[in-house]
Amino acid sequence: MVVNSVHWFRKGLRLHDNAALQEALYGADTVRCVYILDPWFAGSANIGVNRWRFLLESLEDLDTSLRKLNSRLFVVRGQPTDVFPRLFKEWNVTRLTFEYDSEPYGKERDAAIIKMAQEYGVETVVRNIHTLYDPDRIIEMNNHSPPLTFKRFQAIVNRLELPRKPLPTITQEQMARCRTQIADNHDDHYGVPSLEELGFRTPADSPHVWKGGETEALERLNKHLDRKAWVSNFERPRISAQSLFASPTGLSPYLRFGCLSCRVFYYNLRELYMKLRRRSNPPLSLFGQLLWREFFYTAATNNPNFDRMEGNPICVQIPWDHKPEALAKWAEGRTGFPWIDAIMTQLRQEGWIHHLARHAVACFLTRGDLWISWESGMKVFEEMLLDADWSVNAGSWMWLSCSAFFQQFFHCYCPVGFGRRTDPSGDYIRRYIPKLKDFPNRYIYEPWNAPESVQKAANCVVGVDYPKPMINHAESSRLNIERMKQVYQQLSHYRGLSLLASVPTIQEEAEPPTSDDSQASSSTGGLASPHQPTPAPSSSPSSESSGAGSAPHVQRKRVRPSELPGKQKSKVKHTSQANGVKQTTEDKQ
Amino acid sequence: MIRGQKRGDDQEEGRGSPPGPAPGPGAAALHKRLRREDSEERDHKDGTVDWGQLPQEILLQIFQFLPLLDRAFASQVCWGWNQVFHMPELWRCFEFELNQPASSYLKATHPDLIKQIIQRHSNHLQYVSFKVDSSTESAEAACDILSQLVNCSLKTLGLISTARPSFMELPKSHFISALTVVFVNSKSLSSLKIDDTPVDDPSLKVLVANNSDTLKLLKMSSCPHVSPAGILCVADQCHGLRELALNYHLLSDDLLLALSSERHVHLEHLRIDVVSENPGQHFHTIKKSSWDAMVRHSPKFNLVMYFFLYEDEFGPFFRDELPVTHLYFGRSVSKEVLGRVGLTCPRLVELVVCANGLRPLDEELIRIAERCKHLSAIGLGECEVSCSAFVEFVKMCGGRLTQLSIMEEVLVPDNKYELDDIHWEVSKHLGRVWFPDMMPTW
Repeated sequence: MVVNSVHWFRKGLRLHDNAALQEALYGADTVRCVYILDPWFAGSANIGVNRWRFLLESLEDLDTSLRKLNSRLFVVRGQPTDVFPRLFKEWNVTRLTFEYDSEPYGKERDAAIIKMAQEYGVETVVRNIHTLYDPDRIIEMNNHSPPLTFKRFQAIVNRLELPRKPLPTITQEQMARCRTQIADNHDDHYGVPSLEELGFRTPADSPHVWKGGETEALERLNKHLDRKAWVSNFERPRISAQSLFASPTGLSPYLRFGCLSCRVFYYNLRELYMKLRRRSNPPLSLFGQLLWREFFYTAATNNPNFDRMEGNPICVQIPWDHKPEALAKWAEGRTGFPWIDAIMTQLRQEGWIHHLARHAVACFLTRGDLWISWESGMKVFEEMLLDADWSVNAGSWMWLSCSAFFQQFFHCYCPVGFGRRTDPSGDYIRRYIPKLKDFPNRYIYEPWNAPESVQKAANCVVGVDYPKPMINHAESSRLNIERMKQVYQQLSHYRGLSLLASVPTIQEEAEPPTSDDSQASSSTGGLASPHQPTPAPSSSPSSESSGAGSAPHVQRKRVRPSELPGKQKSKVKHTSQANGVKQTTEDKQ
Repeated sequence: MIRGQKRGDDQEEGRGSPPGPAPGPGAAALHKRLRREDSEERDHKDGTVDWGQLPQEILLQIFQFLPLLDRAFASQVCWGWNQVFHMPELWRCFEFELNQPASSYLKATHPDLIKQIIQRHSNHLQYVSFKVDSSTESAEAACDILSQLVNCSLKTLGLISTARPSFMELPKSHFISALTVVFVNSKSLSSLKIDDTPVDDPSLKVLVANNSDTLKLLKMSSCPHVSPAGILCVADQCHGLRELALNYHLLSDDLLLALSSERHVHLEHLRIDVVSENPGQHFHTIKKSSWDAMVRHSPKFNLVMYFFLYEDEFGPFFRDELPVTHLYFGRSVSKEVLGRVGLTCPRLVELVVCANGLRPLDEELIRIAERCKHLSAIGLGECEVSCSAFVEFVKMCGGRLTQLSIMEEVLVPDNKYELDDIHWEVSKHLGRVWFPDMMPTW
C-alpha cells in the first residue's frame, strides 16, 4: 500500500528531535511538510510584527533546510479545517502527523482535525515533542490535579524518569526514500509569505535582534553552552545591567517556536554539567527555565479559562480597575517612570525582555501601582513578546499579579528602586529612552525630582519632553497592599495567606447570630471571631495556624529534621475552597 | 451578594462546611411538632411529604444554608416559602457590592434587590458592609443607601473601597450626612471601618454621642479630615474600644494616655500607617513614657505599624524603645534604620522588609534575632543577605519562625553555602522543610 504522509508543522519548527516528523517519514512513499496560515487572519490577529517576522524567518529556515534534503516546505494559505479536506484529496494523503499540543484550544482543534482525517481514511500520528514531560502524567501523579506550587511540581518531576532522549536530525537518506515532486510554481502556491503579504508595512531592513529559525537556534545553543562551560558556573547568574539587554545566547523564543528542542537543550546542559562537575546527578535547578515552562503547561492543560479571571478555578478574584487610558500609557511606555518605559520600549522594539524586567512591569500594571487586570497585561505581552506561549504567558501573569500559585503579595517592586539596584548608572534607560540620556545618574530613574536647571541642562524637561509620573508610587502601593489584604483576608483557607493578611484583628466580619440562639449566646456580642479564639499577641497567626484552627479536617504532619528526605514531599494534602478559588493546596513545605 | 448567615456564608464562599450547630433546646420541640403535624396533616396516601407545608422553623434552617439567589428562587415556589424568605433572621447581615460595569470586572448587587432591602428589611439589618469600586458613582450609591437606613440599628458598618479610595471623591457634606444617619439611628454600633473616607471631627462627635458605650473597633486610616483632637475625643469617651487603626499624624501622647486610662478596657490592636503626606515632611515623636503607659495598661496589645516613607524620613523613628509587634516597611528602608529596629523593638513578632539598598543586611538580621525574642514571622523582598548570615539568623530563631518568606534573589551565596544547600540548612534549623520563595524565570 502506498503511504503518502503529510507532516503538519505548528510549533516544533525544526528537523532535529522531531518525533512526529520521523513518524511521517517512516516507511512513507511521499512526504510533504506543511505549515498552514491564514494571511487574511494575520493582520487582524493580536500578534505583533516581531512575532510574525520571527515565525516567517523560522519557516524560511525550515524551507532552506528542506531544500538541502531535496524537499520543500509547503506553506498553505487558509484555515486547517478548510485546508485539510482539500489536501487529503489532492495529494491522496494516507497519514497525517503533527506534534501534541497540550493547550486546551489546541487539543480541541486537533481533535476536530483527527476526526476529519478519520472520515477521509487518513491515519493520524501525534507525538509529544514540545515539552520534556507529559503534562497528563504529572497530573496523574499529583492525585489527578495539576501541582499549583513550583516546589510540588519539582518534587513530582524528581520522581519521574528522565525525559525521552532526543532524536537525530532528519537525514538526506531518510528524505530520499520519500521524495515528493516539487512543482515549478511551488513558490507561487506554497512559498513562505512576506510580512507585506500579511499586511505589515515595515521597511525591509528594519533592525531586529532576534532572528528566527532552527539554524540560529542551534548556533545559539552552542554559544550558550560554551559560555556556561567557560564560566563553569551553573548557579543562576546574578543579574547585572548587562542581563537586561538581549543576549546572543538567549533561547526562550526558540523554545517557544520549537526551533530548539527542549530535550536537546536539557540533555546538552546535563552532559555539560556532568562533564565539568563529575557529579552523577545535576540538581533540578540547572533546568530552572525549562521546568517553569513545563509547570505552566501542566497547570493550563485542562483549564480552558486559564487565561482569564472569570471562571478560572485557580485564579483569585481581585476587583481590578478598568482604566483604558492608564493601560495605554503602560503599554506604550508613557508612564513617566523611565525604568518601566524603557522596558516596554525594549519589548515593543525587540520582542524580548529579561524576566526581572517582566516582573517589574507586571507588578507595576497590576498589584503594585495601576491596579489593572493581569489579563490586559497578558494580551499586550501576547502581542509583542516573542516567547509568549498561551500557558506560560497567562501563568506568569497570574503568578506576578499574585492571582494564583500562593504568592506572598507583600513584596512589590518599586519602579524607581528596583531598576536602580540592577543598573545604577541607567545605561539601559539611556539606550531605550534616548531623550533621557543626558540626565545625571542620580536622577535618571526619577527625572521629575531633578531641579529645573538639571532638566534644562539635560535638554529634557519633565512634563514637556518626557511625561510626568502617571501615579504616586508611595501612595498607590500603600492603597494596593491594603486592597490585596482585603482580598486575601477573605480567603481564610488560602494557603499562601500572606504575612500581612495574617496581622490579627479582633474580628474579620461580624458573625451574625443565627436564627436561634445557639451561636449568638456563645459569642461575645458577635465580636469574637471563631477563627481566632485567642488574640494572643505572641502568636502571629500564620497561614498554617489559621488553616488548622478553622478547619478541623486539616491534618498536618511535622517532618522532623532527621526525617527530611532529599526529595521534599509531605503526603499531607488538603483541599481548600475559598471565595471562588478552588485550589488544591499541597504542602509547599 | 448577601454575606448570609454564618453557615450559608461558608457554603457560598466555599470555606468548607463546618459542623452544623448542636441541636439546641428548641430542636426537640420542633421535632415533636414536626412529627405531630406530620402524622396529622401530611400523610398522603402515597406516603410523600408536602414540602410546601414544612414548618417555618425548618425552612429557615434550610434557607440559612442557601445562597441568596437560591433562596430567591425558592421564594417563588409558594406563599409559605416566600414568607420565610423575608424572615428577619435572613437579613441581618448584608454586603452591598456597588460596581459599575465600566470600571469593574466584578458583579454588582442588583438595584431591585437593594430597593427591596431598603423597603422591607432595613430594620432587620445589623451587619452591613459596602464594597465600592473605583468610580464615584458607586461611592455615591453607597451613600444614598446609607442615608435611607433611618429605621435600622446597625452593629457593624464597613465602607470598603476595593480599588481606589472613591469615597474621597464625594462632596464631604454628602458623605457626612449619610454617615451621620447611621451614627444617630444606630445606638449600638460596635464596629466601624471607614478607611479612606472624608469623615471629620464633628461627625466623630456624633458617633461618640450616640455609640460611646458600644464601640469596640474603629478603623479610619487615611481620613485626612480628622484631627488629633477628633480622635482623642473618641478615645476619651469610648472606653470599650479594643481596636483602632489610624495614621501616624493622628497619634499623640494624649491619645495613648487616654487609651491607657483606668476606665478604658485593654486595647488589643493599634494599627498605625506612617505615610508621608508631603515630601520632606517632619514627623513628630511619641514619648517613651506614653508607650510605657500603653504597655502597662494593655500588656498584650499588638502594635502594627506600616511604614511607607522615603529613606531620609525615618529620622525620628526607632530612637527610643517602641512596643511595636508587627512592623512592615513598604518602601525602601536603610540598613541603618533596620539596625535601630534590632535595638528598639523588643516586642517584635512579625517583620516585613520590602526593599533595602545594595548592602547585605547580615549584622542587622543577626541583631534582630538576638534582641527580638518573640520574632516568629519575617518576609524579605528586594534585599540582600549572605547565605551564612541567613542560616545563622534562622539558627538563632529556630522553630519559632512560623513564617519565613524570603525571595530567592535575596540570598547571596558565599564561600560556606550555595543556593542549593541553603534549603537543607534552613530546614534543619526550622524543623520543617523550607524553601525560598521563587518567581518564574521566564
